[in-house]
Amino acid sequence: MNLVRTICPYCGTGCGLLLRVVDGTAVATYPDREHPVARGHLCIKGWTAHEFIHHPDRLTSPLVKKGDSFKEISWDDAIKLAMDQLLGIAGKYGGDAVGGLSSAKCTNEENYLFQKMIRAGFHTNNVDHCARL
Amino acid sequence: MTNSITDLAGSECIFIIGSNAAESHPIIMGEIYKAAEKGGTIIVVDPRRTAVAENAHIHLSIEPGTDIPLLAGMMRYIIDEGFYDREFVDARVDGFDDLKEFVAEWSVERAAEECRIPAAVIRNVARIYAEAAESAIVYCMGITQHACGSANVTALCDLAMLCGHVGTEHSGIYPLRGQNNVQGACDMGALPNVYPGYQDVSDHAIKAKFEGAWGRELSGSPGLTVTEMIRSAGREIRGLFIMAENPALSDPDVTHVAQSLASLDFLVVQDIFMTETAKFAHLVLPGGSFAEKTGTFTNTERRFQLVRKAVEPPGNAKDDFSILCLLGTAAGLDFSYTDPRDVMTEIARCAPAYGGVTYERLERQGLQWPCPHEEHPGTPYLHKGRFTRGKGLFVVPRHTPPQEMPDDEYPFYLSTGRMFAHYHTGTMTRRSPFLNRETEMAYAEMNPLDALGIGVGEGDTIRISTRRGSIIVAVRVTCRIASGSIFVPFHFTEARANVLTNPVLDPQAKTPEFKVCAARLEKVIDR
Repeated sequence: MNLVRTICPYCGTGCGLLLRVVDGTAVATYPDREHPVARGHLCIKGWTAHEFIHHPDRLTSPLVKKGDSFKEISWDDAIKLAMDQLLGIAGKYGGDAVGGLSSAKCTNEENYLFQKMIRAGFHTNNVDHCARL
Repeated sequence: MTNSITDLAGSECIFIIGSNAAESHPIIMGEIYKAAEKGGTIIVVDPRRTAVAENAHIHLSIEPGTDIPLLAGMMRYIIDEGFYDREFVDARVDGFDDLKEFVAEWSVERAAEECRIPAAVIRNVARIYAEAAESAIVYCMGITQHACGSANVTALCDLAMLCGHVGTEHSGIYPLRGQNNVQGACDMGALPNVYPGYQDVSDHAIKAKFEGAWGRELSGSPGLTVTEMIRSAGREIRGLFIMAENPALSDPDVTHVAQSLASLDFLVVQDIFMTETAKFAHLVLPGGSFAEKTGTFTNTERRFQLVRKAVEPPGNAKDDFSILCLLGTAAGLDFSYTDPRDVMTEIARCAPAYGGVTYERLERQGLQWPCPHEEHPGTPYLHKGRFTRGKGLFVVPRHTPPQEMPDDEYPFYLSTGRMFAHYHTGTMTRRSPFLNRETEMAYAEMNPLDALGIGVGEGDTIRISTRRGSIIVAVRVTCRIASGSIFVPFHFTEARANVLTNPVLDPQAKTPEFKVCAARLEKVIDR
């Protein structure tokens, strides 16, 4: 049995949890007795943290909008499209015409990279996230 | 928060205001119960009789939006009766005369009238909070989501400093942060006015430091907040990149949010599901869930903790670190990181408060910042002996009533918030079979008297209307809520509470006033 020690994705308490992984699939969540805050406890959301991970609704490919629907595209094309468009807007209207909403769901490292990309890439401080909501 | 979560269990008095921790932060509530078991007094201030209030020694069911009158009345009484910590105030806080002048306007009787709580009760809780050896304050969105949210927080800080209840192990101020890494997103500078480590973007020396580190010229003017960006979409803001956020459901007045998102020249949304927001995107990038990534989250007590990858992202989805590296490189930046660990090294180098954080040190218990160097043990509680600015400062909290009050046309108070089985916009919890079985549909809480008034019973449907729009939702009849008020959780896309909410903001923090607006209710006749 493979148990991976990690942190709950829900509230700001940051309880430690163990994901049980079988054949590449997270199948159960257990509390972490050694965690300094949770000390072996979880709430109803923590106990079920594995349930949405492999949901069939997960997005599995970059998608571009064509008319009213979305069409799959490659990562190379998606990255190029994103930056061509956003840098194009910054070139035409100035960097302050671009904004970025980072995420309280993502890691510190991802938040750091996101704000660095917006600030250094577009010459604007239009970067925020949902702390107020 | 100033202190650590488990320190709460040792507090002699816990003053909880605008937090339903029993539902939204259950593990923290466990520490509060421990304090009660040890003989501590639990005081709860909340217009609703929440599960926290049910279990409190004293519950003050105040009129919505009257937190400052209550706190001012308490401080007035504490000063008049000499219950405050004279030694602490003299030695550690400036501005006492300003505070005294302010509370002179707020007799306990006037406060009592404003918040509709008997004066004797206000005096009692003021004395208990002030006289306990160590008292803690716990607050949440019930304090911040008001047009005067910043002033509410200021009033709480004043109360804590007045009584010397800060800078020791079991006292302090506990804002309970709602998202797993909202603390970290702020710490990492995902804010329009600061770089990582709360370093001011308009400070020339700091800007020069980051220009050196990142090799690009940077803007010295603070940017727009989330609500401001959405509001100016299609005008000042032409292109928007949204990573794992869902403003189409979480922002106030979502009907206008939808129009704004639709008017952008280009919108990129990176997320794990096709959210209400992603549907407006020109380009959608499939990101990774927490189980698919390596990195760190920082919890509400400032604790950096390791997140470990357990499974691969589905299909062609990628973890967000990898996507950002591709995007940064395409933007011409040096984003040649091979591992999130490299990013942490860079963070530690450019933000002094996290200078001592390394993955090796996080392995067992994590680390609470400030942690300026590798030998530093981390900081379980702040402000011991001195405040960041040296002496603390009493700031006068001016009272602003809610910007939209009930009237003849819209006679009810409407408040939005969370419930225990679901989370934020429900993208994750509503796809969890167990949680969805627990609560599978939207509802509004309503007092039995009001239900009788419009002729509805448990499970009947009503239309709730405000000046922004209306939704149709099932009724839960409960005495948890006072007559004249209704409560709607905002997790449900089929009955979007934020169609109703008022987009007025706190002028300083720009937090929307989700906790109070005026609504009208009607019975919906089944056809």
